[in-house]
Amino acid sequence: MTMPTLMRHLNQEKIVFGLTVLLFVAFSLTLDKFTDSANILALIRSVAVLGILGLGMLVVVLGRGIDLSLVAIMAISVAWAMQLIHDGVPVYAALTTGLAFAVGIALCTGILVAYAEIPPLFATLAMATFVYGFGRAHLIVGTDVVYMPKTMGWIVTLGQGKLFGIPMPIVVAAAMAFIVYLFLKFTKIGNFVYAIGDNLPAARIGGIPVRPMLVLQYVLSGGIAFVAGIITATSVEAMNTRIVNSNMIYDVILVVVLGGVGLSGGRGNVRNVIVGTLLIGVLMNGMTIMDIQYTVQNVIKSLILLLAIVIDSIVNPRDEQTGQQGDI
Amino acid sequence: MLKIGLKKLAATALAVCALGAGAAGADDMNDPYRDPALSALAGKKIAYLPISIGFDLAQAWGGVVKTESQRYGMEFSSQDPNWNTDAMAQGFTALLAEKPDVIVTQNPDMQSLARLMKQANAEGIIVVQLNMQGAVQTDAFVGPDFIAMGEQAAKMMIEKCGKNTDTSHKVAIVQGVLTGGVSYYQVQGMMKVFNENPDEVQIVSSQAADWDASKARAITETTLQQHPDICGIVDVWDGQGIGTGAAIKQAGKQGQVFFLTSGGGAQSMCDGLEDGTYSAVINYDAPGMGRDAWTAIMVALQNGQGGGAIKTQIYSPTRVMTKEDVKPGTCWDPQQYAKILR
Repeated sequence: MTMPTLMRHLNQEKIVFGLTVLLFVAFSLTLDKFTDSANILALIRSVAVLGILGLGMLVVVLGRGIDLSLVAIMAISVAWAMQLIHDGVPVYAALTTGLAFAVGIALCTGILVAYAEIPPLFATLAMATFVYGFGRAHLIVGTDVVYMPKTMGWIVTLGQGKLFGIPMPIVVAAAMAFIVYLFLKFTKIGNFVYAIGDNLPAARIGGIPVRPMLVLQYVLSGGIAFVAGIITATSVEAMNTRIVNSNMIYDVILVVVLGGVGLSGGRGNVRNVIVGTLLIGVLMNGMTIMDIQYTVQNVIKSLILLLAIVIDSIVNPRDEQTGQQGDI
Repeated sequence: MLKIGLKKLAATALAVCALGAGAAGADDMNDPYRDPALSALAGKKIAYLPISIGFDLAQAWGGVVKTESQRYGMEFSSQDPNWNTDAMAQGFTALLAEKPDVIVTQNPDMQSLARLMKQANAEGIIVVQLNMQGAVQTDAFVGPDFIAMGEQAAKMMIEKCGKNTDTSHKVAIVQGVLTGGVSYYQVQGMMKVFNENPDEVQIVSSQAADWDASKARAITETTLQQHPDICGIVDVWDGQGIGTGAAIKQAGKQGQVFFLTSGGGAQSMCDGLEDGTYSAVINYDAPGMGRDAWTAIMVALQNGQGGGAIKTQIYSPTRVMTKEDVKPGTCWDPQQYAKILR
């Protein structure tokens, strides 16, 4: 294969996958016990929630949107559900209320984006602030960390249990990835998502109900955020609503973009998210084992991201279409 | 016999007379020091500005100060910057214009509020700093001596995992946010002791978890995987430590790994001790800190010399607790204080 043909086959996903493999090999050679099955499981598990949130982001980004309210919805809906259980509401009723809250908020976001035509960046940013503010003022009125009630029953196994030796968070993440994959690849609605992200006016002329589809995307991502929240809360036995103030939402965007999903919509699939998530997982795990200082870890993480983007822009120069649309 | 009986009767009668006279006299007796003290307090304004009102420590401090200030007819107001340092500095600036008599605050870091606190003192406003000292000293600093607490934690780890024990001598530290004083000073204290005794324990990991229990869980899972024979882990805050403890439990190492953390003694701390999430904790009793802050306010208002006249460091007492120390009512309920503040 000559250099130009090799270059043509390289896209960001393959570059990032290559980087992941490279790092993995480097760590296996230099770090003791890195390739132990238990460490590999720990590695994947540590990014399982990030991966699940990445799936929610994927569904929205494919339709040329972005959802900055994912982390806020995740934290507040689950913390509220657990608060309700503490207050004596039956477990299932409380969880259903939490899920309904997550989906309801996402529905509002969807309507704002699809019908009021507010740019998703602003609609979801505003919604994130609203959800957090409203939640802290009226729903979770005590401490901002809500501890897991002891009465959650089997739901606790979602965060702490194991299936055939594999921690449940990984199993749930894998199942969710598979479902989203099937949805995008084989359902009509899934294909509509790509069509809308590719060219919205054309999709509308083609007879696709564009506005309800946009609403649906946000609703799906809201539901996914709730699942991610349940996994988080049950694995650490608490939900800290303070994570809304952290840079977690950027990490979610990072794994999606890193894996090669185009922010201009219509480009990408579940595989991209998995590749992006794995790179972050390998990187974080290796650096934790090497006991690298946290600030240095952030520098390394951002350098790797920059490297991936630079390589991508060299091998895939901007064409007329991205030139017209812009990147986001 | 009869003689003695009569004498006794007389003595009793005399005593009753004397008591009666005393009781009558009490009607006019007054505590001459009470009125000046009450008038020094009455009508004064206290502004409460912690970094967030949403967490257990700030709720306990504010709850105690609010309850006491209302008892003495003072005005209490609070602001919630919600972990945003800029919003906090703005809030402080607004307070300078409002001119309350007392500002009770909590530094997010050394520098952000230093100049503002100095200005407040210069204008005669009494400033009480909680939990973390900024770069200036004001009327009172109320909080644990975090460096000493770190040293204490390190000594406890040496006792459990040092060279005289039959263990791997491996110890891991889970930090909070690197630049946050609570984490920074504790780790500084720990490292001082560990560096002075280099042959006692081996630090195999010292990672920051950003006050996030999920991150603490992931870091600890990796550390446990890498060092299955690890002897002890220290986490600088129990709210984050719940994740560290979950990782220890999920690795099946509860009881094998000595897990030490610290916090303000909310109910979650007792729950964690009871179910084995924490092996031991250093409790700095947040309602006790609230009481110290209130004492500092009373002292400053009654000495009548205005803000910044007398400057005191009030270090909070701490208490080491294990499962055996947990009884009903040992820990406090944050909801109770949150309600007072609302």
